[in-house]
Amino acid sequence: MSLLVDHVPTTRRGQVWGLVGAAMAWVGLYLLNEHVWDWVLYGALGLHPLSRATETIHFFLYDTAKIALLLVGIIFIVTVLRSFMSVERTRALLGGKREGVGNVMAAGLGVITPFCSCSAVPAFIGFVAAGVPLGVTMSFLIASPLVNEIAIGMLLTLFGWKVTAIYVVAGLTVAIVAGWILGRVKAERWVEPFVFETTLGGQSIDPAAGLTMEQRIQMGIEEAATILRKIWPYLLVGIGLGAVIHGWVPTDFFTTYAGPGSTFGVLIAVAIGIPLYSNAAGIMPMVQALYEKGLPMGTLLAFMMAVVALSLPEMILLRRVLKPQLLALFIAVVGSGIIAIGYLFNFILA
Amino acid sequence: MIIKVLGPGCTNCKNLERVTKDAIAELGLDATIEKVEDYGQIMGYGVMSTPALVIDEKVVVSGRVPQPSELRDLLTSASPN
Repeated sequence: MSLLVDHVPTTRRGQVWGLVGAAMAWVGLYLLNEHVWDWVLYGALGLHPLSRATETIHFFLYDTAKIALLLVGIIFIVTVLRSFMSVERTRALLGGKREGVGNVMAAGLGVITPFCSCSAVPAFIGFVAAGVPLGVTMSFLIASPLVNEIAIGMLLTLFGWKVTAIYVVAGLTVAIVAGWILGRVKAERWVEPFVFETTLGGQSIDPAAGLTMEQRIQMGIEEAATILRKIWPYLLVGIGLGAVIHGWVPTDFFTTYAGPGSTFGVLIAVAIGIPLYSNAAGIMPMVQALYEKGLPMGTLLAFMMAVVALSLPEMILLRRVLKPQLLALFIAVVGSGIIAIGYLFNFILA
Repeated sequence: MIIKVLGPGCTNCKNLERVTKDAIAELGLDATIEKVEDYGQIMGYGVMSTPALVIDEKVVVSGRVPQPSELRDLLTSASPN
């Protein structure tokens, strides 16, 4: 991959042709994917297409290639677009905004601002020390992992625009309301005191400024490589489980225990989702397989949101700046929001 | 020269440290690399997007890992000789 990165053409014309070539190769691979595995398994290896085991293997190989292709394409596009935004710009936009309007803006900006969870603490301190209200800062920190552009891209290609719109609106609502509540209860007393004592020094650099198109393209390629390197074990486990569910679990198994009429389906999904640490891309194959088996979308969205928004590593990071009381309140408010969304959408979509 | 890599230890922070070491070795510069993981100190440079690169107390890169060629340019132009 580093070889590829070093060879991004530097001329405008070279870049355009490079991108067109890459896009065509991508579409070609995506369209050929299923036929290639048909040919390899049933043609070259002579396996029986109707056997349950070969069907599971076929599903696994096909889905792995499909998800990997989707991820590479989506991450590349998202990263290039996001390279025009930065946490620094977001802070400038949020400075001096009151609660209410501030919460709405912060949630929206949380979606489009490039942000890695390892920057959560510097961003938190940077926002609060610059006078952005605590509740508004929390709206940003909740929306950022909860409504994830990569998840938006995956949902759009796998489930269509309706589910995607529900996901975005629901996630934004949780971030806005949860941040607003955390701002109302005067939670400042539960922030570690050093945050308010920190003085912002130096001259901050806006990472989005002054980049050439070549650099943005390179960032896109690198980000796709970095994320795939990081999540491939989760992805393979997720797709493997998805393939097993697809091939072996009877259709009525899940619907009996967690179907649309189930009382505790959403609660169980959230309880399972919180300790699972993955990102939205990693669990998408499982969500897809479970959806095929009749699990309702509200339950699945609640599961996905619990996985991405509430995770132990993130809690450990936030504990550096939040006292246990506020951390517990944060988990309770976001958790209840996710559960409410699960039940609401099971009800609406039923 | 004194070079500091600011970041709490995420993947990209390690990447930045690695490419910086490579670039220094390649250019044969006389430089020391320090890792800064303390949030108070990171904020002291005004950096919200990690990882960041500081050359002789001046922030030159924030929120991304630059390409080796860009990094070599940054180091050469900051180098006294």
